[in-house]
Amino acid sequence: MDKILSVKNLSVSFDTYAGVVQAVRNVSFDLDKGETLAIVGESGSGKSVMSKSLMGLIPQPPGKIDGEYIQYKNENILSFSKGKLRKLRGSEISIVFQDPMTSLNPTMTVKNQIIEGILTHNRISKKKAVARAIELLGLVGIHEPEKRINQYPHQFSGGMQQRVVIAMALACDPEILIADEPTTALDVTVQAQVIDLFKKIQKERGTSIVFITHDLGVVANIADRVAVMYAGKIVEIGKVEEIFYNPSHPYTKGLLKAMPNLRDSNSRLMSIPGSPPNLMHPPAGDAFALRNKAPLKIDFLYHPPMFKVTDTHEAATWLLHEKVGQEVENEIEDILLTEEEEKESVDQKVLGNKLLEVTDLKQHFNAGQNNEVRAVDGVSFEIYEGETFGLVGESGCGKSTTGRNLVNLYEATGGEIYFKGERLAKKNKVELHKQIQMIFQDPYSSLNPRWTVADIIAEGMDIHGLYKSEKERRKKVEDLLETVGLNPEHATRYPHEFSGGQRQRIGIARALAVEPEFIVADEPISALDVSIQAQVINLLNKLQKEQGLTYLFIAHDLSMVKHISDRVGVMYQGRMVEIAPSDELYENPLHPYTQSLLGAIPVPDPNSEKTRKKFKDVTWEKTGVEGEMREVFPDHFVSCTEEELEMYRKKGAFELVDS
Amino acid sequence: MESLIQEFGFLEVDEISIPEQKLTDDLFEVERQLDKDVEVISQKPVSYLGDSWKRLKKNRGAIIGLVLIIIIIFLALAGPYMNSHEFDEQNLKISNLPPKVPALEHVPFLGLDGKDIEGQDTYAVKNVDGYYWFGTDNLGRDVWTRVWEGTRISLYIAFLAALLDLLIGVTYGSISAYYGGKIDNVMQRIIEVLIGVPNLIVIILLILVLQPGIVSITLAMVITGWVNMARIIRGQVLKLKGQEFVLASRTLGAGDTRLIWRHLIPNSIGPIIITTMFTIPTAIFTEAFLSFIGLGLQPPIASLGTIVNDGFELIQIYPHMLMFSSIIISLIMISFNLLGDGLRDAFDPKMRK
Repeated sequence: MDKILSVKNLSVSFDTYAGVVQAVRNVSFDLDKGETLAIVGESGSGKSVMSKSLMGLIPQPPGKIDGEYIQYKNENILSFSKGKLRKLRGSEISIVFQDPMTSLNPTMTVKNQIIEGILTHNRISKKKAVARAIELLGLVGIHEPEKRINQYPHQFSGGMQQRVVIAMALACDPEILIADEPTTALDVTVQAQVIDLFKKIQKERGTSIVFITHDLGVVANIADRVAVMYAGKIVEIGKVEEIFYNPSHPYTKGLLKAMPNLRDSNSRLMSIPGSPPNLMHPPAGDAFALRNKAPLKIDFLYHPPMFKVTDTHEAATWLLHEKVGQEVENEIEDILLTEEEEKESVDQKVLGNKLLEVTDLKQHFNAGQNNEVRAVDGVSFEIYEGETFGLVGESGCGKSTTGRNLVNLYEATGGEIYFKGERLAKKNKVELHKQIQMIFQDPYSSLNPRWTVADIIAEGMDIHGLYKSEKERRKKVEDLLETVGLNPEHATRYPHEFSGGQRQRIGIARALAVEPEFIVADEPISALDVSIQAQVINLLNKLQKEQGLTYLFIAHDLSMVKHISDRVGVMYQGRMVEIAPSDELYENPLHPYTQSLLGAIPVPDPNSEKTRKKFKDVTWEKTGVEGEMREVFPDHFVSCTEEELEMYRKKGAFELVDS
Repeated sequence: MESLIQEFGFLEVDEISIPEQKLTDDLFEVERQLDKDVEVISQKPVSYLGDSWKRLKKNRGAIIGLVLIIIIIFLALAGPYMNSHEFDEQNLKISNLPPKVPALEHVPFLGLDGKDIEGQDTYAVKNVDGYYWFGTDNLGRDVWTRVWEGTRISLYIAFLAALLDLLIGVTYGSISAYYGGKIDNVMQRIIEVLIGVPNLIVIILLILVLQPGIVSITLAMVITGWVNMARIIRGQVLKLKGQEFVLASRTLGAGDTRLIWRHLIPNSIGPIIITTMFTIPTAIFTEAFLSFIGLGLQPPIASLGTIVNDGFELIQIYPHMLMFSSIIISLIMISFNLLGDGLRDAFDPKMRK
């Protein structure tokens, strides 16, 4: 294939007050015409900076771009003047950013925003530009583009806004489209539509796409080739099948094992210990060596060059050097296997008594001017001792509000919550706060930045007077830090010195300090990187086993929910639509909304992603919200009407006979 | 392992430049004796304030402001005692002397040689021994002593006003935002009424009632000045009270007092300091303005405003009286503004351009 873009030894650094951050270090790769190259990496791996530097979008200073060349159509972008770069942007290379809300100007109509680019780069009349804009909106799948083009961004939904942004990026028919996490801010079902749109664009126009993401499922779905970035370097690059089925770099292997798989249920997640290195002082050898469970001695001394695995597949790891013999390979395998076996002991959980019962919970918020938001509108479920109950749904479905009701952060508008048979509203508040705890979503805002870690963890103990002396307090804090896998010596540090995953574990330690029985985990991993998510999930599982905790696990990531939960409830617009044991729910979803959710999850497996049919085309017409929760099969509840219930039962019996 | 690092660690290792003979066989073995504490934090511990100080130090303007403030405060405290003159010691025989400073008197262009605007050496004419560094005023009082005495009083009023603003503003703002709803509604309407009344009228009325003096001027400034602080704190608390660490504290069972004093106010410390830093120069200017229009401090008490007022009457013949006090006022205002700007950047790096 023809190369359209060729990058050689590109480096980007930022001069901050604390020192020079080397965000991208010596990156080289080629982009072929008409292909989709996915760039995967954790936050801070330099993937976004790298792609922005391709079109000179790095502010200089503080940024600094070095490199041999970025060759585009026989010209070196690195040597372009500002004016020439401006011509390049939009017309030749354009970019789609993560958050459509912030990439559209709220005070301009969609029409003006799209034709702005067209008029800048082409000498055509305004009328023609508008016609082109309408055509573009049609292309990206917006109905009645003639009407909607005069609307403002806030009149579009999130997914529609992202489509508008894509239309803007396509306005001048660019050769290369850079998509910087374009689906991260979107719900799964919307994400699936946007990904399909990218595929369609690429097919119809032959645009080369650089698709940046941290989600391996999305990669498997969309990419032709994949580049894995770690600590500012590309550590492995190859065709999507090669990366997923024959990964060579230990980091790629670790990432793939850290992802939960929707299909096989019981394999434990392999976590990658530690967190990415500080790019202010990048390590001398292989940046991943410190987190590698079985590194080579040379990994600490020299950075490995790119070794060829096949013609299309390269990886930067010394494991591919000819001097690595069979013996060493076996040894590494042994180390990894013992690790896996340690984690393999999963006991079947025995469910205890009913711990929590929620009946017809309602939470309405007054949004002013007789405008009432029904965040939670009649939700009922039960949670048993020792289990993990997963609560899933798209943003705004009321799942977090439900969780906050359980810890008494809101006073419920209606309905009752019973904890251990007692009404929550009647219970002693002090007792309640000791028994029910919460883990929060955002590890950056959930810890008071002015407090030391010791004070943060001990806050619950301070409030309830759970220690007798200063010494006992310190001892307890140190024990808790050890429990969550952190160094007890760091008790005097401040939160900002920790990485996201470490902060989340501090949050868990704080919740554990009052020795609760029930923990509400409100999206505890959605702000974390894949390699870190597994650490937190494994920690939660370990704690449950050791201390007999009960969890309510709220998340929008269905594969993680399936992995950790025993039973799962699916919410839609403030209502519960389906509750079932997690395997049953994923094998046999009954409610059309659940089906459409499941169909939209991208699976980190390129082959099944290409052949997958089940539920893929289910689109729910949003009926059936008015139904009641009925038990279709044992433990499997669905919100439906009488007739639907009969239908589900018949279908189920039919399928049983069939198999 | 250790020795190898010492031997080669300094090499800038590039992919191509590693000579083949250095890739010895023993390097391709699994490293097992590694101290693998991956959770260790290598940086030195830094507190929030320490980190802010580090950022502040990099801001040249702020440091200049800080140094100037320290010098001015030092002179305001020690200046009046640096010579033997009293601030209210009158001697009409030596009135209106131009400035004369030892050593500097020999540098002609500085104008510190005791000559007036006509080039006459007034010191010789009036037969005065010794030196008046900033000259004397129309009553023969030493301007140096009066300027620093005045600076001290002006700073005292400003700091007192700022402190009272801070206390009232922080309490009012945080209560208003924390309890929200109806309480917030009522408290904000009161603030709006206060803002609606012109400042100057309130101050003039108050001074008429209370008789001019340090306390009444301070009170007059505080009575409307705290509103700004209250609004800023309210905004901060409103933003903070929805943050997850506050929710976490609530789920742990923390009460209102704990939430306000341990969580909300410590996290507003940045804006509090910054607002105070901008309140001080405003207060100094307001005091000078009031004194200048005659509503401020009464003679013989000196403040920067009264000295400017005295000097203004004789500006064409004896410019030195106005000059020194105006320069000091300007320096105070500039340096507090520079420091305030620097502090804002230091406390909130995101605000930086």
